[in-house]
Amino acid sequence: MLLLVQYTLVFASVLILVALGGCFAEHSGVINLGLEGVMVIGALGGALMMRYAPDGIGTFPLIMLVLIASVVFGTVYSSLLGVACINFKANQTIVGTALNMLGTAAATVIVKAINTATNPNDVSSTIQYVDEKKAFIVNIGSFEFNWFMLIALIALVIAYVTLYKTKFGLRLMACGEHPQAADSVGINVYKMRWAGVLISGVYGGLGGICYILSGVSEWKFENGVAGFGFLALAVMIFGQWKPSRIAMAALIFGFFRALSNTYFGFDFLVSLDITGSVYNMMPYIICLIVLAFTSKKSRAPKAEGIPYDKGQR
Amino acid sequence: MSKKILRNEAFQSLFASLICIVLGVLIGYIVLLFINPSGAGEAIMEVLKNFLHYSKANLQLKNFGNTLVKTAPLLMCALSVLFAYKVGLFNIGAAGQYCVGICASIYCAIGLGLGWLPCMIIAAICGALYGAIVGLLKSYCNVNEVISGIMLNWIALYTTNMILSTVKESTSPYTFHLNTHGVDAMLPGLGMDKIFAGNTYVTIALPLAVLTAVLIYVLLEKTKFGFELKATGFNKNAAKYCGMAEKRNIIVTLMISGGIAALGASFMYLTDYEQWMCTSSAVPGMGFNGIAAAFLGGLNPIGTIFSSYFIQHITNGGAYVDKTMYCSQISDLISSLIIYLCGFVFFIKFAMNKYLDKQEEKEALKAKGAESEKGGDK
Repeated sequence: MLLLVQYTLVFASVLILVALGGCFAEHSGVINLGLEGVMVIGALGGALMMRYAPDGIGTFPLIMLVLIASVVFGTVYSSLLGVACINFKANQTIVGTALNMLGTAAATVIVKAINTATNPNDVSSTIQYVDEKKAFIVNIGSFEFNWFMLIALIALVIAYVTLYKTKFGLRLMACGEHPQAADSVGINVYKMRWAGVLISGVYGGLGGICYILSGVSEWKFENGVAGFGFLALAVMIFGQWKPSRIAMAALIFGFFRALSNTYFGFDFLVSLDITGSVYNMMPYIICLIVLAFTSKKSRAPKAEGIPYDKGQR
Repeated sequence: MSKKILRNEAFQSLFASLICIVLGVLIGYIVLLFINPSGAGEAIMEVLKNFLHYSKANLQLKNFGNTLVKTAPLLMCALSVLFAYKVGLFNIGAAGQYCVGICASIYCAIGLGLGWLPCMIIAAICGALYGAIVGLLKSYCNVNEVISGIMLNWIALYTTNMILSTVKESTSPYTFHLNTHGVDAMLPGLGMDKIFAGNTYVTIALPLAVLTAVLIYVLLEKTKFGFELKATGFNKNAAKYCGMAEKRNIIVTLMISGGIAALGASFMYLTDYEQWMCTSSAVPGMGFNGIAAAFLGGLNPIGTIFSSYFIQHITNGGAYVDKTMYCSQISDLISSLIIYLCGFVFFIKFAMNKYLDKQEEKEALKAKGAESEKGGDK
């Protein structure tokens, strides 16, 4: 039972982080379908940092270094979306999809190159971080507290305050609702959209490293992040683009995802004799059902997905 | 005259695609340089050479055949993406529909022992029904087709793993070979294997895929139904206003799109070229590469035939790089770079037209100037 709570909280943290990233991008008017790719690259940055960080550096510096590496990788990678979609007015769906594929392919190529360079017989795309992972976990009784749970909570508060209580946040949201109106009162729409995309890169990168540290102690980068970026986008839609609701939605989705990791711990679930595949499918099926019921009255930012053109009326 | 060619829509698409390819390969080469500068040139040549890696004509033909075997399903996936895109829908769920097609064709072939034609038809129907789910969610519940498509991809993957484990070998995670457990379901070769140095995997799949491309072209460009579909894509509300059933059009489009992708799966798995691994942890990349091929082909069914071949050519070529230094995923990297660059196609065309406009303006000014000078002489 405790294990279920623990996994629910960890997966919910990932979803909260990434969904908030998507939330910032969409409020500024850019659909970031490439969050999946941003997560992979962010995770790559963190994993590389864990691999190359000097031994005995101490817990706190290690955590900070890994976080910084993920954030930097995620942000730089998301700027690819910014260049294409804001400055060159490219189709956001195509570029987002390309970023997802590119993320997995690039991470695989990079990790394989590193692995093969250190050991010619090693052609895997796996990075191990058994010892480093311990830095992120504090045991409270039999409950494994993961620092990311706290980080997600802080990120949530920051996102809420930024979006609703600061001048910057309100301006950002104006650019997603009616960019022409925002421009007419002197807000630089391009700058605001860049800010939205880069912030989504920060959150996406954090979500990525959080995901690969959630349960396992090594990661095979060929697998990407198993659709978590898209699950996060669904969480964001279910949460109606509002941080507090996103947190609730993430807990629900996190619960079903956690169930597939821990169902064998419950006697009555095991006695139902359902194969693991069904539990694996569960989060995605729930997601579809939830979307079917919530998308109709969606409160999406009105101008999302439309490149801003100054000359347009 | 030359200006007219430059203004031509088809020429501009081709030009933009070529720029994407050149830049994609160039960036791939730079990545290789970073990994290991000594063999980078050779490695990128291997990727581009693919079957020309072999010096014997026989082996070349045989491996050319292997590339073609995988081009057929890729072309189908690309057509699936393209068809939906023409109607304003981004069918990223093609990967899942392809997966459903694999599931249906292998199960019908081995589990039910059906012949190749029923296998293909059932696969197409299953894919169409799977595509219909996306369409229904889109038109009646306003669910973004990209997100529902991705969710259905994962559901399709786990379902396929579950169903196909009933027809797998007991000692390995792979499904049975068709040539031992489902001979009836093998696609007929019609003697095409003789052309490709006895490569029996080359079957009627390839001509069928090309035929599908032509049919799609005709459907979209020459029929009333195609016009209605495209009108729905341009402006859903205007189409509705003109009395077109826009909800039905969306669902039908995704059914056709799903059917094509699933049919593509049967083109590949009914040749016995590959078996399904029942412990797969990701949907096959074919559907996603289809996106690359569709956009690289300038969203034209005929152009897609060539771009599909190119994408498959470099994907197969990736297998020939020196494995002690590089990995075969370098070709995935190049094809995903190409899709990213395809996002700029619109800008490239815009820039070309702007340049031409400026040139014309200059000439017009010159002509005007010359005329006024003449006028002055008088």
